[in-house]
Amino acid sequence: MTVRVPFWRRSNVEANIAFWVLIAPMLIGLGVFVFWPIVWGLLLSFSEARNSISIGHWVGWRNYSDMLSDSAFRKSLLTIVIFTAFIVPLTFALSLVLAVLVHTASFGRPIFRTVFFIPTAISYVVASLVWRMGFFNGLPYGFANMVLYWFGSSKVLDWIGTAHPPYYWLVLVTCRLWLQVGFYMILFLAGLQEIDQSLYEASWVDGATPGWTTFRTITLPMLRNTSVAVILLNFIAAFQAFDEFYNILGGGLATSGNVGLARPPLVYLYQVAIGQQDYGRGSAGAFILVAAIIIFTIVQGRIFGFGRRS
Amino acid sequence: MQRDHGNRMGQGLFRRPMSRRGFVQRMIVAGGAVVYAGAENYNYVAAQGKIKLTQWYHQYGEAGTQQAAQRYAQEYTKANPNVEVDMVWKAGDYTTALNAALLTAAGPDVYEGSPTVAMVKAGQCVPLDDLYTPEVKADFNPTNLKGETINGHIYAVKMIDDTGCLYYRKKQFADKGLKPPATFDDLMNLAKELNSGRTKGLFLGNDGGISATLTLLPWSAKQDFLVDNKIVFNTPQTAATYEGLKKLNDSGALLTGSPTDWFDPSAFTQGLAAMQWTGLWAMPGIKKAIGDDFDITPWPAFDANGTPVTFWGGWAEMVNGKSKNIDAAKAFVKWLWIDNATNQKDWALSYGFHVPPRISAAKSATPLQSGPAKEAADNLNKYGKLTPPEWDTAMGTALTDAVSNIVKNGKDAATEVAAAAKKCEEELTREMA
Repeated sequence: MTVRVPFWRRSNVEANIAFWVLIAPMLIGLGVFVFWPIVWGLLLSFSEARNSISIGHWVGWRNYSDMLSDSAFRKSLLTIVIFTAFIVPLTFALSLVLAVLVHTASFGRPIFRTVFFIPTAISYVVASLVWRMGFFNGLPYGFANMVLYWFGSSKVLDWIGTAHPPYYWLVLVTCRLWLQVGFYMILFLAGLQEIDQSLYEASWVDGATPGWTTFRTITLPMLRNTSVAVILLNFIAAFQAFDEFYNILGGGLATSGNVGLARPPLVYLYQVAIGQQDYGRGSAGAFILVAAIIIFTIVQGRIFGFGRRS
Repeated sequence: MQRDHGNRMGQGLFRRPMSRRGFVQRMIVAGGAVVYAGAENYNYVAAQGKIKLTQWYHQYGEAGTQQAAQRYAQEYTKANPNVEVDMVWKAGDYTTALNAALLTAAGPDVYEGSPTVAMVKAGQCVPLDDLYTPEVKADFNPTNLKGETINGHIYAVKMIDDTGCLYYRKKQFADKGLKPPATFDDLMNLAKELNSGRTKGLFLGNDGGISATLTLLPWSAKQDFLVDNKIVFNTPQTAATYEGLKKLNDSGALLTGSPTDWFDPSAFTQGLAAMQWTGLWAMPGIKKAIGDDFDITPWPAFDANGTPVTFWGGWAEMVNGKSKNIDAAKAFVKWLWIDNATNQKDWALSYGFHVPPRISAAKSATPLQSGPAKEAADNLNKYGKLTPPEWDTAMGTALTDAVSNIVKNGKDAATEVAAAAKKCEEELTREMA
């Protein structure tokens, strides 16, 4: 006689129930805090929503056309393209150089790795304030002005507020470089450790000399997937830039005259949605930005062959 | 194997082995307990037959303000035992936190802010006309009431008035035989004369005064921004004032890149700038730092046809239209900011320096009866200007961007002002729709 086991006691059913019970909190969390806000934001972008996040007052594509015809928003898109054009190649080159140097260091490799990685753990806001108030303030005793003085210059530069020449790009770019180069260096280090040492040995046997030739013909090609990932992550992070622009140029409370010098889309959308309380236009702008990021990512993926077999 | 592992883990964490089912049961019980505890707390206040009001303040910088706000709330409960006031001191970005809270049903009942047309439309504030008897209304400066009036209804009660002053060193001016500036050109010449390498002539903020003088400059040329629901700033005089600001920036006499901004007096007290535009609120700090060696003047007239000006700022109390206890909230606002002259004077004068909005309270406020403080209070009444509630943040951003283009990028002032006016007109049409 066989004992009839209730279906919920069968091991596979029980395992399934356990799976769903254990994974449910995460799925519910994702749904409530990630997917639902995205859907709600999309609905808001088609609504007139001022001082309100209620949907229903549908305005079709008007918020989108308003944002696209807004010269300040278009200028912000141009600003972020310029910033990306600076920051992505610089971060890529510097983190790769650092990774190669650390990888080939004959001593103290963990120390160098840690030292270069530490800035990643620093808040963007804190770093921005240090850059604005400490390194690049416009006073004679500001660090950057002191450096100029040591080199014999008597000029006291206003690094953040000068439009011609635009020194503020130096401040913004160096701040982000310092913060993120360590992180991408770690990615490259992981990639470097994956390269089979025998490839180098074989090239030496064939007469190649260690240095630029092996770097160009072995290291770089073998790092292709890592490189594409670094560029992709870096590119998305650059398009989402907010903190350093807001904190370095914004100046806080009632001083916003410098923000117009270089205002990325997220800062402008923050002004529209949170400052002006226009959630409809703010959401529309956010989806335009998302579309731009997706298009650039796909184009970049096609060019660099992201996901293609090595 | 997996199951065994689970049990071992349970043994490590608890005294008795715990099954997966037991773990889930305990989690459900614990979650329910948390939810019940929250509900219980809410029910406790309701069960007592008490009304609970939540009142939000932004974080005032002056020592003692938080304790004072708490004290007022407790005094009210003492006088009205059925009302409990939960005073919330919001540190950080107050406006953002408030805006977010006002979107929900769980926002504060009473809060500090300034009414706007959009807030009224969204039901985030209620008219407080019934708190203003003719006598009470007559005791507020009409300019002050203008900032709280939308479509003929008053939506706030002013708590404190703030204003700006141009601070300069008395002794330095006397030694050099200088006089306070009467026109914008005077101010520019003074800034150049007092500019001495390490001490700059004038500090108007790190953006070269764009934010601080955005409205002051056209006002000083007798221009305005929004009158009777019309944008009126697209004039040659307005453009000329912003060209003046560009000249001042190009003169090299302005301090920019200071660690603090125009609302903080450090640049003036630490000798980074000889003159500074900042608020009356900074006067106690300046006095503490440099004694009586300072005097003030309003923002000078732009030219011989202009007028001296200063801004009429401050904070006002409003009642949330989504509050469940609107009448109780209004009664509390009336008690604190209309009836209670002692607390109003305490709030305005015992910590920082502000002008009490009630004319009667300001007249009997001893610290405002002499010296630069009296002059600042008088200037506020004589020259104080404010933008109407219809002037919103989007318009401010459009004009700031235009002036930034003129001052920083050397763009044509008339073209930029015209473009900003067009943007503001579109915004106004949208606002009024």
